[in-house]
Amino acid sequence: MAKSNAARQTAGGKPGASKRLEAIAGLKAAAPAELDRLIHERLRLGVVSALAVNPSLSFNELKALLKTTDGNLSVHARKLEDAGYVQCTKSFEGRTPRTEYRLTAAGRRALEDYLEHMEGLIRMMRG
Amino acid sequence: MSARPVRPVRPISDTEIPIQDRALENLRFIRDTMEHAGPFTAVPGWGGVAMGVTALGAALVAQAQPTPERWLLAWIAEGWLAFAIGGVAMVRKAGLGSTPLTSRPGRRFVLAYAPPLLAGALLTFALYRAGLTGLLPALWLLLYGTAVVTGGALSVRVVPVMGTCFMVLGAIALFAPVAWSNGLMALGFGGLHIGFGIWIARRYGG
Repeated sequence: MAKSNAARQTAGGKPGASKRLEAIAGLKAAAPAELDRLIHERLRLGVVSALAVNPSLSFNELKALLKTTDGNLSVHARKLEDAGYVQCTKSFEGRTPRTEYRLTAAGRRALEDYLEHMEGLIRMMRG
Repeated sequence: MSARPVRPVRPISDTEIPIQDRALENLRFIRDTMEHAGPFTAVPGWGGVAMGVTALGAALVAQAQPTPERWLLAWIAEGWLAFAIGGVAMVRKAGLGSTPLTSRPGRRFVLAYAPPLLAGALLTFALYRAGLTGLLPALWLLLYGTAVVTGGALSVRVVPVMGTCFMVLGAIALFAPVAWSNGLMALGFGGLHIGFGIWIARRYGG
């Protein structure tokens, strides 16, 4: 879980950003929990969001959906897999390799936490 | 010759965008991604059941008609009635759920579903003028099945399965005696709609 913990850094990746937010809002008790930096990255957030509304998606489906390259998707999907947010299954369709991704329970919880975090930030800044 | 100072091209830093705007943008991105990636889930189950019940009634009415013209009128009336029921039920279910008809999956569903139905309407007119009304049940079952398969490819798995069943019945109707027409229509537009409608309603929320 070291990787998963390492992924959970503070808002914007800048140490103390959350504290600054709290100071601005003057609402330390109501401040959102720390931002999950791992799915804050745009492509990884896209992968997790897409998998949240599908039982599974293949590598090529994700690539087309998120309009990205093989290498880029591969790197980010690996990070999500290492964190235990997605499960990757490799198989063959005839002679063609097929890589399929599913969102794990931890991944779904991380997305829910992230959504709550964003809503919390909006509430806090408006409040 | 003195070189001009190089101005670094840099992205706008995080601190220049208000935090709530960034949060809103992230939420918008998540919603858009889910909308693009998700299946179209507003195929109406109970609407299908209602369409099936009216089709069974139409089969009885059509069976009692003395001429091909009146038989055709009975089924055309049923077609419009089913279209209205299905349309209202789909709009209602889409409005209740997370994929409205105007969303990308909704638009793609309509675009995939409509062309075979339009082709069916035109061919109905052409076959009637050619005096080939006996072929109409096969045509309707085949093309409606095609519409459900193509539209259903963007929806939950049971929808294209239902379309395939319609196509099988259409293929049977193509070679079956004309006397079987109303029975096959009742089995397809009545039985399949009711059976799959109940399944969809129970599994996919109405």
